[in-house]
Amino acid sequence: MGLKRNVSLKDGLRYQGKGPMLTYILHRISGLSIVLFVALHILAAFLSQQYSSSAGTFINDIYESWIFQIYIIFCGLFHAINGLRIVILDLWPKLIEYQNEAIWIEWLVFLPIYGMAVFVIIRTALAG
Amino acid sequence: MKSRTVSMAKRGFNFETTMWIFTRLSALAMYLFALIGVIGALIMGARTQMNMADLIRWTFMPNPNHVLNTNVADLVPWSTAFWKLTGSAFVFFAASHGLHGVLSVIEDYLTHPGLRKFLRLVVFVILVVMTAIGIYVLWTS
Repeated sequence: MGLKRNVSLKDGLRYQGKGPMLTYILHRISGLSIVLFVALHILAAFLSQQYSSSAGTFINDIYESWIFQIYIIFCGLFHAINGLRIVILDLWPKLIEYQNEAIWIEWLVFLPIYGMAVFVIIRTALAG
Repeated sequence: MKSRTVSMAKRGFNFETTMWIFTRLSALAMYLFALIGVIGALIMGARTQMNMADLIRWTFMPNPNHVLNTNVADLVPWSTAFWKLTGSAFVFFAASHGLHGVLSVIEDYLTHPGLRKFLRLVVFVILVVMTAIGIYVLWTS
């Protein structure tokens, strides 16, 4: 069944949903990134273990670079913390009234942990 | 804004509802597995014989091959069936959670019925194969 939508992509991008919309879109992007990362990670492990292939090493080199680590830890951490908020609000639906407060708490939890992780990653990268 | 909630009996219980609740519960399950991994890593000596990266490695995939470069003297006692089962369950929940997530994204952004069906099949096959490969790697490592 095809769905008819009257909203174009441009209008969709212009939609200003603020805080909740931002977490929603970041949850999607980070989720897709994690699926891609985990699938490639498993593939790399399989190739290295079964065939000692250089393709596995090639994939490993990509996700061991510090830029990729900063990106993937953003995805993993944000997806985990935002996911926990979604789980709590969904399983106790009465709490949805406090969604904005929950999002503020979420960022307050996320930013220090992420900042610490980025600090450690960059320090390790600079130490070589 | 007052929230409105519909009771389970009125809402009905179909496949989508099952997957909706499964996504939430598998998220909680993954939190539990990560916690089990952290505790396991601390017992095997993460406090003194591992760095942060290796602790995270054991947390997210408790597999001796994953922490080969650590200073833990003997990894053999850690390649038990318990950790292999934990790892397999982790892979299973992660993959099914991810599969349902990708299918939802496809449903949301693509309207062409044929393309939708095709992509659903492709994603389904890729993720099921990847799960099988992951569990195979776990048990043969």
